Amino acid sequence: MSTTEAPAPAPEEAAPLPVRRPPARKRLVPYWLLLPGILWLVVFFAAPLVYQASTSLQTGSLEDGFKVTWHFATYWDAFGTYWPQFVRSVLYAATATVLCLLLGYPLAYLIAFKAGRWRNLVMILVIAPFFTSFLIRTLAWKTILADGGAVVGLLNSLHVLDVTSWLGLTEGHRVLATPLAVVCGLTYNFLPFMVLPLYTSLERIDPRLHEAAGDLYARPATTFRRVTFPLSMPGVVAGTLLTFIPAAGDYINAELLGSTDQKMIGNVIQSQFLRVLDYPTAAALSFILMAAILAMVTVYIRKSGTEDLV
Amino acid sequence: MEHHQQPEPLSPPELAALRRSMTDGRLAMTRRSLLRAGGAAAAVIGGAGALSACGIPPAGRTDAAGSADHSAAEKRVTFSNWTEYMDVSDDGKHRPTLETFTRRTGIEVKYTEDINDNDEFFGKVQAQLAAGQDTGRDLIVLTDWMCARMISFGWIQTLDQANLPHAYAQLSAQFRTPAWDPGRAHSYPWQGIPAIIAYNKKATGGRKVESITQLLEDPQLKGRVGFLSEMRDSVGLTLLDMGKRPEDVTADEYDAAIARIQKGVDTKQIRRFTGNDYTNDLDKGDIAACVAWAGDIVQLQHDNPAIAYTIPKAGYMTSTDNLMVPNRARHKKNAERLIDFFYEPKNAARLAAYINYTCPVDGVREELAKIDKALAENPLILPDEEMAARSHSFRALSGKESKEFTQKYSDLTGA
Repeated sequence: MSTTEAPAPAPEEAAPLPVRRPPARKRLVPYWLLLPGILWLVVFFAAPLVYQASTSLQTGSLEDGFKVTWHFATYWDAFGTYWPQFVRSVLYAATATVLCLLLGYPLAYLIAFKAGRWRNLVMILVIAPFFTSFLIRTLAWKTILADGGAVVGLLNSLHVLDVTSWLGLTEGHRVLATPLAVVCGLTYNFLPFMVLPLYTSLERIDPRLHEAAGDLYARPATTFRRVTFPLSMPGVVAGTLLTFIPAAGDYINAELLGSTDQKMIGNVIQSQFLRVLDYPTAAALSFILMAAILAMVTVYIRKSGTEDLV
Repeated sequence: MEHHQQPEPLSPPELAALRRSMTDGRLAMTRRSLLRAGGAAAAVIGGAGALSACGIPPAGRTDAAGSADHSAAEKRVTFSNWTEYMDVSDDGKHRPTLETFTRRTGIEVKYTEDINDNDEFFGKVQAQLAAGQDTGRDLIVLTDWMCARMISFGWIQTLDQANLPHAYAQLSAQFRTPAWDPGRAHSYPWQGIPAIIAYNKKATGGRKVESITQLLEDPQLKGRVGFLSEMRDSVGLTLLDMGKRPEDVTADEYDAAIARIQKGVDTKQIRRFTGNDYTNDLDKGDIAACVAWAGDIVQLQHDNPAIAYTIPKAGYMTSTDNLMVPNRARHKKNAERLIDFFYEPKNAARLAAYINYTCPVDGVREELAKIDKALAENPLILPDEEMAARSHSFRALSGKESKEFTQKYSDLTGA
């Protein structure tokens, strides 16, 4: 390709558009407006991240102090030792996310299209659990699912627990301190994070689109499949991310509702940081978790083809 | 047949756009892109520098023991304690014993219940103490293994026994000579915490649970046994059950005890390793029997007659929560006066009657009997000589040992 024959660019540049540049003070306004946010991110996100990255490459002990020795092997060792907890975290979080979607979608759909004048009330009911602490809500499940409680009694008399025991989801005639309890706890605690984005994107759908689909002889199921669901994809993606990411790092549910075989990676990080005082391993585990989640989320967003929607 | 379409010659505006993209666009090697690349390189190098600049200094290098004491000028003391570890009036608005102290001495007590967990609290103050800074607290209460760690790091001030006449005279013999703080130079016990076996008679069907062996092996208890996440209490009781002394446990003995508990985990005998939250499980009967802290059990028995406890024949563990003055505290003398105040039998009795843990103060029986006869007779609150003789405590561990032991116990609990 040759550009040598082209006329010299001079005439074009000689006639620039008459752009009036605003005075410097005005041009800086957006930056001033961004400043608090940037400072916040630097102090509470970037700095701790750098600090933890550094910690993960240190060796030492509290007595002798910790020094950066670029000891990357910590990452291998940590992953080699705790990969079962990683796998379990991903598995539990993914299951909880799917359950949240299955429970949350019909709920959000009802609120958006069918609730009518009850809409605000139902929304408040969805948000209401947030008024009490995460810990209290989780502890409440211990009372609800108590071995001698009504729920477990009913499940036992219906022989549901025999089936779940056989599947390895529960242990004997109890629900607490089993995988089922942990997954249920995760699902319950993160359900609002699924419902709210779903509701927002469903509520934005023009009901006339449904009418139009009906006019074109689409059955309700087809309308949902071809119109409603695709339009709600941003909500689905946002909701699943908002559920999956915190659920994968959660440790409260596993701690309170699980037993030794249900410990998640969050429990390991907590125990390494606070009890064993092995800061490098704990930091390395945090970074591995972050990287794993980032990789999974990237693939997921690519696959669901909604880069521009979230 | 292939037919190549000739590309149409580019129109002048297209050519101009192409040229612009070569000179100003992404392809161009401009001053800006050079700067950007340079900036990225600088960021990488700077990042590496920032990474290696971090680090944690060795503990115990602080010079801080002798901080200036502002006790005379500032009539106050900041006291950090565990939750539900101080008597409260029925309406929940007053702390009568603390208020008596303020009335008598004119020293205002800022009482905060901000300690929930030894490790967590350590994480909270560790950076400040390592850097030789004031934590904003004059008096803290921590469990003895944590006290041992902090004292060995040089983060705790030596107490002036001249300000502690009652404490010096009234401290029970049982608590006088811990290996980690000879002569109680840095610490005084707040309460003693016996670790024993507790069970819910309803859940065990009236059976007694009398030993760790039974906890770990009785098929009737399968899946309904709790152990404490506090390593020294759980492993200590197991060691005693195996006929070993926790006071001089070796690494092999420790491993054997861990293996024994591990078997209980593998056979699904043990349901959970718990912190304070076991009380609720035991009360409901989800946990039929467990390793428990005596004070909790005395309180539970108030409301639930099905709760019973056993002091194992092999002996039991007693740890203590201890009052200490951290480095750089501004009001050391006020803190010492507060410690001493709680060693006057009358005040100690009021506290013991409310929180039901083992009282470390001698001569309290009479005062406690005035408040509640049954409590004064309870060997968990005021141990008699025979009881005190069966009490054991865990050996003080070096930093390295402590890490190894904790790691093993942590693996046992699944995390």
